[in-house]
Amino acid sequence: MTSSNQPAILASHLVRRFGTFAAVDDVSFRVEKGEIFGFLGPNGSGKTTVIKMLTGLLPLTSGDATVQGIDVRSDPEGVRENIGYMSQNFSLYADLTVSENLTFYGRIYGLPPERLRKRMDEIVQLNGLGPYLNRLSAQLSGGWKQRLALGCAMLHEPSLIFLDEPTAGIDPVARRQLWDLLFELSAHGITFFVTTHYMDEAERCSHVAYIYFGKVIADGTPDALRELPAVKPKGTYRVEISAPHVTQALRAARTIPGIRSATIFGQSVHALIDDSLDLDLLRSQLLKKDVTVAEIRPLAPSLEDVFVELTYQHRAAEEASRG
Amino acid sequence: MVNPFRGFSAVFYKETLHVRRDFATLFFSLIIPILQMFLLGFGIDTNIRQINTVVYNADGRRESRELLDRLRNSDTFRLLRYVNNDKDLNDAIISGKCRVGIKIPVDYSDKLLHQMSAQVLVLIDGSDSSVAGQAINVTTAIGLDESLRRVLVNDATFAVDMRPKILFNPDSRSPNFFLPGLTAVLLLNVTTFLTAFSIVREKERGTLEQLFVTPVRPMGLLLGKLLPYLVIGFFELSMIVTAMRFIFSVPIHGNVFLLAFLSLPYIFVSLSLGILISSKATTQAQAMQLAFLTILPSIFFSGYIFPRETMPKFFFVLSYFVPATYFINITRGIILRGAGWTHLWTDALALFLMGTLLLVIAARRFHNKVIMA
Repeated sequence: MTSSNQPAILASHLVRRFGTFAAVDDVSFRVEKGEIFGFLGPNGSGKTTVIKMLTGLLPLTSGDATVQGIDVRSDPEGVRENIGYMSQNFSLYADLTVSENLTFYGRIYGLPPERLRKRMDEIVQLNGLGPYLNRLSAQLSGGWKQRLALGCAMLHEPSLIFLDEPTAGIDPVARRQLWDLLFELSAHGITFFVTTHYMDEAERCSHVAYIYFGKVIADGTPDALRELPAVKPKGTYRVEISAPHVTQALRAARTIPGIRSATIFGQSVHALIDDSLDLDLLRSQLLKKDVTVAEIRPLAPSLEDVFVELTYQHRAAEEASRG
Repeated sequence: MVNPFRGFSAVFYKETLHVRRDFATLFFSLIIPILQMFLLGFGIDTNIRQINTVVYNADGRRESRELLDRLRNSDTFRLLRYVNNDKDLNDAIISGKCRVGIKIPVDYSDKLLHQMSAQVLVLIDGSDSSVAGQAINVTTAIGLDESLRRVLVNDATFAVDMRPKILFNPDSRSPNFFLPGLTAVLLLNVTTFLTAFSIVREKERGTLEQLFVTPVRPMGLLLGKLLPYLVIGFFELSMIVTAMRFIFSVPIHGNVFLLAFLSLPYIFVSLSLGILISSKATTQAQAMQLAFLTILPSIFFSGYIFPRETMPKFFFVLSYFVPATYFINITRGIILRGAGWTHLWTDALALFLMGTLLLVIAARRFHNKVIMA
């Protein structure tokens, strides 16, 4: 069934309509084995719908998808046998202990008792749940719940795991630990499909796609996306303007000719600027508008810059096509 | 080969853990029916006796006192007060202290002695219709009896002698009437409520969503969830029947095993209702309200408390769509009338068809609104 050069996920021209509304509109992407694929997009943009389509929960209006080489349309059960899934609220049974939760999911996937015991040992060793085996999962902290949920999702040794907002609402340390764990597992050849809101997590992925209102508007490695001509048009560069009053600086920056776009980023303004407007000229232009500037320095675009830029351009194109 | 019951044993394992862990819910779901049973068994008597009665005896002679004795001996009236004027008679009823007022006029004995018709005024508070009905029947009967006694010569017999014989429940004991019907309501309580809650709880916590992404098949999931509650329902039924027989001394004339067997289609209907509710409700509070929507018709339109025959046409027809109607006929049939399979198979069939229909609707709704949502 699954040969070694097959992609983990191949989605081509996925469409899902609810009535006349296209929640997913001609979405195609390819996830290779062993990748950590970050699937990003604002709420309601179709991330969860795509996951449901790929796991066979939602019929495709049109298009094709194979997951682990299995056709989602013809064998959704086969797909579900071969993937792990962890939802954003770590769907654990609060009134069951850690080992009971693991046993339940093991049985769901039909693991025979000896194999279940062996897998539980392995997972406990991997994520350090040992001391908590007999504790009710309700009593675990967010980070431990998440490790348990991940453990439940990978008991049956799937080589592809879907993680829907795995780090929503957990503390930064647990977040960092989860990513360390994902890298470790990924090194063992497990593919991850991760949705997230955190841009720093997107930066850690080996492959990201950005979905905006049902359409994928960016797809590639983070480095490739940063070099996209749409993000870094010829004859432009990016700067970071640090200023004591960022909102004032932003308002001023948007009126200066030669600044193509500007957004606030923490205590500074990120701007895309024509080559003709060099740093000194920019500084004097800002001073002319009574903006005190602490520092201006060139900047490589972040993934957030990439998505912001692509979203603007996508919107502009949509409006233009609507006339 | 796809096993349509995939995941059944895993879900069953988990669900029994939930039940064991949440002992309080189990305890209350079992103890509350038993409490209800005690309340209805001991506390409620549908036979109307000892109605508080106020008497204004303006006559006061022997004949009038004899009439009052007969009223007292009927066990229907309790002669609570004696007054001396019309105003006090009225006030006793208006204040609610007495339900019935009896006024014997000054000339009562005189009229009887002169073979004339003597009139007795009976005032009845109609605010409780069954009390009023009973008061009318008994006073009329006593009046008739008293008249006949005076008209008939010594050894004459009645031309028509009605001999009523109550076949089942000859003492008209209320527990015998209530408790068999109660089993229907209580079973519904356990099966419908508990299954609906157990599914909706998983919706609330998001675990259902997780289960759908596993190879569990809907039938495996639903059956795994239902079976523990079916066992609890059966346990509850046997507890109720045992208490009914040995604490409330309700004789069981029919076959207990037939009762157990025929309760299966009813439990089937209740469980399907539970699934239907869970496909609609998104929170446990909603499930609670919907479950009450099913409980109320089972109490009021099934013949459990009010006889179906006296219902207005619309509600009478409605009662045919209430599953408890059939099961109450089964329980009363087996327990009180000693009915067998030949008498009850139509009720069982009706329940089975209802259950199948509900399960199909519920399973479809569950598939469309819950899994594919």
